[in-house]
Amino acid sequence: MPQILVQDLAKTFRVAEREPGPLGAVRGLLRRRWRTVEALKDVSFSLEQGELLGFIGPNGAGKSTTIKILSGILTPDAGRVEVDGRVPWNDRLRHVGRIGVVFGQRTQLWWDLPVIDGFDLLAAIYKVEPADYRRRRDELVSLLRLEALLHQPVRQLSLGQRMRAEIASALLHAPSILFLDEPTIGLDAPAKLAVRGFVRRLNREHGVTVLLTTHDMHDIEALAERVIVVGHGRVLADSPFEVLRAGVLAERRLFVDFAEEAPALAIPGVAVRARDGRSLELTFDPAILPAPALIAKITAEHAVEDIHIEQPPIEEVIARFYEQHGAAES
Amino acid sequence: MSALTRPYLAALAARFQLTLQYRAAALAGFATQLWWGGLKVMIYVAFFASAPAAAARSPIGLADTITYTWIAQAFLVLQPWTADPEVSQAVRSGAVAYDRLRPVDTYGFWYARTLAWSLARVAPRAVLMAATAAVIVPLLGLQDWSWRPPADLLAGAGFLVSMTLAALLSAAIIMLLNVLVAATLNDRGVNTLAMPASIILSGNIIPLALFPDSFQLWLLAQPFAGVLDIPCRIWFGGLSGGGVVLGLGLQLFWIAVCMFGGRLALARVMARLQVQGG
Repeated sequence: MPQILVQDLAKTFRVAEREPGPLGAVRGLLRRRWRTVEALKDVSFSLEQGELLGFIGPNGAGKSTTIKILSGILTPDAGRVEVDGRVPWNDRLRHVGRIGVVFGQRTQLWWDLPVIDGFDLLAAIYKVEPADYRRRRDELVSLLRLEALLHQPVRQLSLGQRMRAEIASALLHAPSILFLDEPTIGLDAPAKLAVRGFVRRLNREHGVTVLLTTHDMHDIEALAERVIVVGHGRVLADSPFEVLRAGVLAERRLFVDFAEEAPALAIPGVAVRARDGRSLELTFDPAILPAPALIAKITAEHAVEDIHIEQPPIEEVIARFYEQHGAAES
Repeated sequence: MSALTRPYLAALAARFQLTLQYRAAALAGFATQLWWGGLKVMIYVAFFASAPAAAARSPIGLADTITYTWIAQAFLVLQPWTADPEVSQAVRSGAVAYDRLRPVDTYGFWYARTLAWSLARVAPRAVLMAATAAVIVPLLGLQDWSWRPPADLLAGAGFLVSMTLAALLSAAIIMLLNVLVAATLNDRGVNTLAMPASIILSGNIIPLALFPDSFQLWLLAQPFAGVLDIPCRIWFGGLSGGGVVLGLGLQLFWIAVCMFGGRLALARVMARLQVQGG
């Protein structure tokens, strides 16, 4: 039995629409026009205890809606969800006490309270035993390097500092599942690395199941063994990232600096992507021509100063995938 | 502290302490309320003096009317005339999602915070107003314009109980406003409608006893009377003996009705909650 089971999930929102301009506003008073937005059409997946799943998709694909249903905030129109055997929206009180959630775009700490007072309040709300709370809080404070921030009001923290405090506050009650909705949004590079490092540790060392949504593909590269891509309210792919990459954009890139003016190469299965004086950027499919063979061929025929090989950046792979599935936001 | 009430008491304590920090607001509020109180007292003095014959038959005398006015000014912020700004803000920003993530009853959680917000604002203002109108004004030789002591010891005790119920009732009515804000996603319409209803029907503008006789039964029976008018009448002895029991009973009745209705409505609103964006 998986820890999280999602079957045929569907959710629509009703959105009021009005015609543009003042006349449209008046008309809207008399007769409201509603448009139905199908946020989720048919989403199914399952997650085992201890997995770390990356949940990605373009804006408006249904990622956050799925997280909000899994965490018991929203009620779906149809479908089945079980988390540790609980139906989140029917059993909200019991359910939310056992999960941790961080929404990167919102804050759960009290703006005017010092961080530590916010932690105390959350411990009371989650009814954490005082001894357990102190041990856990001290552990989180040292892991997330919060010592210096504890007595500052939340409104004085930088975004990176605040996000570390947010993550700590989602874990004070020792949940076995953590939902992270865009936890690295707006963070600078060191803050992103800190968040990623902590989440990885939490997952590997403490066995916490993590479901992560993000638009930063480096989060996915650094963390997720398995990726689900959603678009238009459906699951478009569910596989390890490398499998996804191989299916979408298997090519590799070879960067060669020649001793002299770059030659015109005519090798089957290899294309010139860019040329600049003595440098060439080539693309090739390793299934047709393996990299060692290609390099051997080039170095045998030409004097080469430097050579290195790259995979297409993960952003490009995902953008290509969205394109192929017509999933980009309209 | 029992495990059951711990989350709600913690939320109440935190909000109380936070709200109490706004000392400048409390002082400014007190100054305004003192100014208006003085103005209203002078109007009543002139009003009663202009028609001595009618004043003699008034169901509430000048001295009691003035005491009523000072109590109304002291407890002005107990008026349930706006939704809790913290709830309005959470509804607008979507932070309400985090409220739903807590393993607590959302109604109780909001109620505790709303009550704390009311109490922390009323406490300093009421103390300052009592010190001024009941102590300083008589010391200045203006006994006729002062906040008089309660009718007797029992009336004083009854007032304390009744004012406590008034605070609970006020928070229960504000919770109805909170639920309306959550349903309509905007606090302005709700607040605009609540303000006149509250200050007229609670007796804040004119003591309810001064309304026409034919309105009296209905005015006493409607919920806003429990926010101010009932405690005031108990203070100066307008309600005594069985009347006190009736007044407290009415307050309890409306607390129960507002809480029951508020819970039901909140459950409905939350079932069709939409949290958009992000």
